[in-house]
Amino acid sequence: MSSQEIPEENLPAGQDTAHGAVKVADDPFADPGLPPHKPRIQDIDERAARRSERAVAFMFTLSMLATVGFIASYVIFPVDKIVYIWPFGRVSALNFALGLTLGSALFFIGAGAVHWARTLMSDVEVADERHPMAASPEVKAKVMADFAAGAAESGFGRRKLIRNTMFGALALVPLSGVMLLRDMGPLPEKKLRVTKWARGKQLINMNTHEPLRPEDVAVGSLTFAMPEGMSEHDHDFQVEIAKAALMIVRIQPEDIKDKRELEWSHDGVVAFSKICTHVGCPISLYEQQTHHVLCPCHQSTFDLSDGARVIFGPAGHALPQLRIGVNDKGFLEALGDFDEPVGPAFWERG
Amino acid sequence: MKKLSARRRHPLAAVVVLLFALAATGGLYAAFAPAGTAKADETAQSLAIEEGKKLYSVGCASCHGTGGQGTSDGPSLVGVGSAAVDFQVATGRMPAQQPGAQVPKKPNIYSQAQIDQLAAYVASLGAGPITPTESQYDPAGADIARGGELFRSNCAQCHNFTGEGGALSNGKYAPSLEGVSPKHLYEAMQTGPQNMPSFPDTTMPEQEKRDIIAYVQAVNGEKADNPGGLSLGGLGPVSEGLFAWVFGLGALIAVAVWVAAHTAKAKKS
Repeated sequence: MSSQEIPEENLPAGQDTAHGAVKVADDPFADPGLPPHKPRIQDIDERAARRSERAVAFMFTLSMLATVGFIASYVIFPVDKIVYIWPFGRVSALNFALGLTLGSALFFIGAGAVHWARTLMSDVEVADERHPMAASPEVKAKVMADFAAGAAESGFGRRKLIRNTMFGALALVPLSGVMLLRDMGPLPEKKLRVTKWARGKQLINMNTHEPLRPEDVAVGSLTFAMPEGMSEHDHDFQVEIAKAALMIVRIQPEDIKDKRELEWSHDGVVAFSKICTHVGCPISLYEQQTHHVLCPCHQSTFDLSDGARVIFGPAGHALPQLRIGVNDKGFLEALGDFDEPVGPAFWERG
Repeated sequence: MKKLSARRRHPLAAVVVLLFALAATGGLYAAFAPAGTAKADETAQSLAIEEGKKLYSVGCASCHGTGGQGTSDGPSLVGVGSAAVDFQVATGRMPAQQPGAQVPKKPNIYSQAQIDQLAAYVASLGAGPITPTESQYDPAGADIARGGELFRSNCAQCHNFTGEGGALSNGKYAPSLEGVSPKHLYEAMQTGPQNMPSFPDTTMPEQEKRDIIAYVQAVNGEKADNPGGLSLGGLGPVSEGLFAWVFGLGALIAVAVWVAAHTAKAKKS
């Protein structure tokens, strides 16, 4: 609003003459209504409208061509053809062509539709008034009267036996659904507490699939092991290795701070569960100078030189240690299963 | 004798005595010094050790001690072997610029001949892993698929599935394996530099190391194919999702704003 449009009586000069009694306009919040409609070039000039029509048709045609290009690239390019395209690098020609053509096909449909709506479809402003939605008092009264009459006729308030048994029946029906939840799978039973490790099982190197000797494990090295008698081809291999996965490191015995860890080790070779006790991620980001193991999921950190104590992060308890020794053939062997469940805590863990 | 005694207060007497003394010590040293110069065991090896010791005194001794015994600023080098020296110096990690959580890779200032001399000296301090020969680390003909399996079970936890690297605790990190030569990959596995655990031949035989090197070269080498293009660092779904949400959705919003901000009216107001 420019200064010329301010009403005369609201100007400072006008207020002075009224001695503070300011005259208010009759309706200061009056609806100003819609501004006058302004036409577009296409509304005035038929040649401009035809240009826009051609532009929209051109974009829709480009989209059609892109779709044809998509089908053609699918047929032409072999799946393993690699080409260098800056700045994407050595990409698959098929992927690149399919993405480019499908993207163009969709983009030009959208761009054509937007251009059509902006330049050729009617843009005259239309006001549509709202209407009250409430029912009339007569209708409301009729509905309430009908409901009261129905309730009285059913005897719902009077015949209490019917009412109470109906409540009982309705309350019991959902129990059938709850009962069916029992079918969701067998109960875990002892599965969370036992692994494939047992007394006398040799530690098999996961790389070479050979049993490990204590002298194979150097200070500062990291080795993963599975129990003897397991094979990647077993049908339950993934289920079992998810619990039995073992991480073996060697720490100078004088650097081991935890007394039980030292007892359960063999000449500095210690074996810990590879499954984080927080939510069960495989954890083996081992720092050989600090003996810390970091979990990549939530940064829980365990100190392998101090009984795998939690020193940072959300994990609730130390990594379970496997008690190991050496058998008469000189190979490392387990002296039993883990003495506690591996992996994340559960409520009956105890 | 009298003549000599008579001249003992001559101005040049002190100089003469000094010359005699110097000649005597020099001659005695030449006679009793341990063999080394101009003796039968003057082999190329002992020369390299000798030269390496000089380089060591200049570049390494301030942190690792004059005899490689280690100080509070650097670990002992006894028994680390020539492979560790070759890796640390040739990748520019050593000599370290400053103490910190981890010593980063930087341009190497030594020639390969000087590195070999340094390695020979450090290897002479105690037995350790020996610098590998090309036949040990050459990935040609290795099993890339087996290397992928081994990489995922032994390396990927820190270095990411395609060797892009990742964060560790307290400022330490696993570096990216992009552009690392097969020799240095081999040496790193063998020696376990800094906080990386080692994977000695007893638990990961030479052939498996070669398979791993072949895999790293196949997925992260100069010639590695990237079928999807624009890998965004290959860091996984978090960075890719973030890119799609920020730039993909951002571009759509920008286009919508542009469309709405440009009126199609004949008379611009």
